Amino acid sequence: MNCAAIKQKLSAIGAAAVNETEYGRKGFALDVQVAPEQLVAAVSVLDAEGFFIEAVTGVDWLGEQAALRKEAEAKVAAEAKAKAEAAAAAGEEAPVAEPVAEQGELPEDALEAVYDFNHYESLCRVTIRTRVPRSKPEVPTISQIYPGADWHERETHDFFGIKFVGHPYLVPLLLPEDADYHPLLKDFRP
Amino acid sequence: MSAFAESEAKETFVLNLGPQHPATHGVLRVKLTMDGEYIAEAEPVLGYIHRMHEKMGENRTWAQFLPNTGRMDYLHALAYNHGYVSVVERAAGIEVPERAEYLRVITAELNRVSSHLLWFGAFILDLGGFSPLLYAFDDREHILDLLESVTGSRLTYCYFRFGGVYNDIDDNFVPGTRAFIKRLRERMPMYHNLVTKNIILMKRLQEVGPISAEMCRKYGATGPVCRGSGINFDVRKHEPYSVYPEFDFDVPVYDQCDSMARYMVRMDEIEQSLRIIEQALDKLPEGPVMAEKVPKILKPAKGDYYHAVETARGSFGVRVVSDGTNTPYRLKLRSPTFSNLSLFGEASQGMLLPDALALMGSLDLVIPEIDR
Repeated sequence: MNCAAIKQKLSAIGAAAVNETEYGRKGFALDVQVAPEQLVAAVSVLDAEGFFIEAVTGVDWLGEQAALRKEAEAKVAAEAKAKAEAAAAAGEEAPVAEPVAEQGELPEDALEAVYDFNHYESLCRVTIRTRVPRSKPEVPTISQIYPGADWHERETHDFFGIKFVGHPYLVPLLLPEDADYHPLLKDFRP
Repeated sequence: MSAFAESEAKETFVLNLGPQHPATHGVLRVKLTMDGEYIAEAEPVLGYIHRMHEKMGENRTWAQFLPNTGRMDYLHALAYNHGYVSVVERAAGIEVPERAEYLRVITAELNRVSSHLLWFGAFILDLGGFSPLLYAFDDREHILDLLESVTGSRLTYCYFRFGGVYNDIDDNFVPGTRAFIKRLRERMPMYHNLVTKNIILMKRLQEVGPISAEMCRKYGATGPVCRGSGINFDVRKHEPYSVYPEFDFDVPVYDQCDSMARYMVRMDEIEQSLRIIEQALDKLPEGPVMAEKVPKILKPAKGDYYHAVETARGSFGVRVVSDGTNTPYRLKLRSPTFSNLSLFGEASQGMLLPDALALMGSLDLVIPEIDR
């Protein structure tokens, strides 16, 4: 078993991106981005290769789209400014600034589910990520493949409200049994 | 053993074990559905000591989270220190002086021995033997004294810093540790004569609580639990960190898969840890214990980083997501016992209740680390 072979197999199922990362700097070898529909297939590949499940968790990317747009606008502005300065230096009349394209509604921010897998024999930690919209966070469960994912998914549901579709027993694990809040969401206010 | 009692009526009753029960180690509750003396279903109920460390991490600076790490697994706090500082050092690209890494290994291994000694005492206590606990605590006391002289605390250590350790050792530490190693080595045969070779212990543990290698893999079990099932997996060897590659030590592996195997793994690990400490003391280099240019306000580069360390109970991993500011954007703490306990429901099915308690003891549970 080696990481390159795993990379090939994961690419074959149509993962959106399979990137090799620098292990010494990041702590994991493969960074895999899949669509929620491909998650079960990707995890099955790892199961067949003898990986064990390390953890399941989430990340709330609230405000990411706004930040990305701001970054893009700053870039456009900087380019326009550089152009104007270059033109001024050359003694030409400043070019008319291109009208900024009207931007529509911001795309919705995402919740990310992150799965870590490791192998008992060889050093190849694989991180699988899948993104779902914040308003409808539904990810298929992998607890039928790895029963150990059961608790991890319940914990992630507690903290982020990600719904693991098909999970047999998605009730609070660490939070009180009547908890209807998700403390790790960035807009959570106690 | 563990033959599931077939009764015609299928009458079962619910037995509540914990959260205040001497045999469940802290505030773990297990909802048992019993078929007579046999367990039909066991469901651990968690969360009684949940403190949301991960949210706390998002609300304070990188350095302010350091004391939290010692309050999850309070028995092997230094390994948790180690995991957290390592991941931040990896993210921020901080180089650690060699002497500091040696001190980290020495203190973390001493802490591992003290953790195993406490487990040993508590485990035998679970099985009904009282005096081994007193012997184990006598030895453990020496470790606490040694660590107190270096770290300033006796239980919830916060000794490691980004770029090194907080304090250099004093003159008494090296001779004191050597004397302790000699003492514990002399005591180990006594432990084995008193406990390991005891026929009652053997009857209680051998072939009780089988956990197969495949079950370990499916549930993500690590540490002595998987090494008692024939899996040679130790983070110190598997993805070496700190200065562990410089030491010669073995990873004890037993393949009987029963509670006795897990017991033997931990007893052997005490000896291996002593070997590591001894070599580290021999090779301990001179020099600073803190890197020079560690910025006061830490802002690791954007991205996510993972680092795993081997604690007394298994692989502890920290995943941090940094957004380039002075507080973590996300901090995931992957604790070993969480995964190790998750297989209890399946493993204990059809067992006698006292056998299940022996199995639970052999998992070496620390509840604050499961609940975080």
